[in-house]
Amino acid sequence: MTSEGRRAGDPGLVKPGRSRGLLDVPRYRYLLSLLVRKEVSIRYRGSVLGWIWSFAKPAAMFVVYYLALGVFLRLNDAIEGYPIYLFSGFVLMNLFTESFGNATRSLVDNAALIKKIYMPRELFPVSSTIVALVNFLPQVVVLFVAALILGWHPTWEALGAFLLATVIAMVFATGLGMFFGSINVSFRDSQNFVELIIMVSTWASPVLYQLALVREAAPEWLFVLYQLNPLTPAVELMHLAFWEPTLDQPLPEPGAIGMFSLIAFLISFAVLFLGQLVFRRLEGRFAQDL
Amino acid sequence: MPKISERLAVHVDSVRKTFVLHHTHSLKESFVALLRRKRLTSTFNALESISIEIHEGESVALLGLNGSGKSTLLKLISGVLRPDSGEIGVRGRVAGLIEVGAGLHPDLSGRENVYLNAAILGMTREETEARFDEIVEFAGIAPFIDQEVKHYSSGMFLRLAFAVAIHTELDVLLVDEILAVGDEPFQKKCLARIAELQQAGKTLVVVSHDLGMVQRVCERGIVLRKGEVVFDGPSAEAVEFMRAS
Repeated sequence: MTSEGRRAGDPGLVKPGRSRGLLDVPRYRYLLSLLVRKEVSIRYRGSVLGWIWSFAKPAAMFVVYYLALGVFLRLNDAIEGYPIYLFSGFVLMNLFTESFGNATRSLVDNAALIKKIYMPRELFPVSSTIVALVNFLPQVVVLFVAALILGWHPTWEALGAFLLATVIAMVFATGLGMFFGSINVSFRDSQNFVELIIMVSTWASPVLYQLALVREAAPEWLFVLYQLNPLTPAVELMHLAFWEPTLDQPLPEPGAIGMFSLIAFLISFAVLFLGQLVFRRLEGRFAQDL
Repeated sequence: MPKISERLAVHVDSVRKTFVLHHTHSLKESFVALLRRKRLTSTFNALESISIEIHEGESVALLGLNGSGKSTLLKLISGVLRPDSGEIGVRGRVAGLIEVGAGLHPDLSGRENVYLNAAILGMTREETEARFDEIVEFAGIAPFIDQEVKHYSSGMFLRLAFAVAIHTELDVLLVDEILAVGDEPFQKKCLARIAELQQAGKTLVVVSHDLGMVQRVCERGIVLRKGEVVFDGPSAEAVEFMRAS
């Protein structure tokens, strides 16, 4: 074909609007940093209390859960150090739900840009995950301080478990966000479905109650399935990092957390890969369907 | 007049673009429509097998009535849309200048917007810093640069957006409705700036309905009608062709 020949003879011409997906994100880190900064700085602009709101919302949720479950349902008596148990899992779940929800809506929210200017569209879900990470940090500071007051000493194991949990939650959320976000462009049902998942996810991992309760109540296969949810080992890693060291006596049995953490790590990257695949397949239609 | 290179800057090779119009917007609607055997979609050919070669340093105007496919072609060249068949090749960095102001955020200050918008158009931090003063000076909004853009008058808003866009200095600039912006002195400044870019050997692809301006700025005009090229030649003749039809 003549056109092929000409292209071969003229290697300087490249097809516009092609990218290597997530692999191109590091090359666009300057634009990514500006997009993140934009989101972060406009979030509380025009509000009097500003950044305090990023503490207020999780704090209110925490108080509600603590009163309802810890005090009224007496989990406080059943689980030693329940506040720190609850809070350590809770902040991680906040990170997950916020980045997942924002990533899902990121394409629709940035429709004006996507329709007019080309840039790797992966930047939008990735930047919403990073924004969620930025909002996660003050909560982590509170968690650190609370744990220190309760007699926690930072160890390398604890920090490692914390980092692994964070990576699992972020990668998993980005992958899911890219998957549902790209479907959301054509079918807005997607974001409603995601809200449903988000609502269930806090209850589908041992944030509010202990893993042992599931083992007692559920059949073996269901318990395995429960632990295959990457968020379950991620939350358990948070407990391992912040809650267990504050206990008077160590837990009798560590369980299979190592193995399930590894599986969670692999699953979350597999989901990211799948999300990228679907994203790429649907990307060609973003600009015209939005 | 700037020298036009032998090398191609933009090569549009028998490109067709068809839009699928969805008549449903949720899974439920699709399902119901399927059950009722209604058509879910219909198609609309925005561009039919178009081939255009634009050389480096050329300034080309795309002319045509509304709906003739001009903006679709610009979006294809910038990579926002992908062709359904045929191929597009571009050389160097393309500034997606399509519709000035798309990247401005009302809640950010003028300064923040300059950096963000320049980055969206493909500039690096260093390039933006080097041109920052020039951009602000060009837009004539120096006293307001640290105010939020939502407090700008609409004229200031557009001048800022345009100033950023026209200082991108990438290799290929795509411009939609170029000088619908600003008052007479600002338009003069814009034309002077465009002449500078032409001298610097940049490639310009311009969409405009202002035939007089197009004739002055571009040496070549391409007339589109219903997604097909009906004229390609010197801009003066293209403008005559437009006026005659």
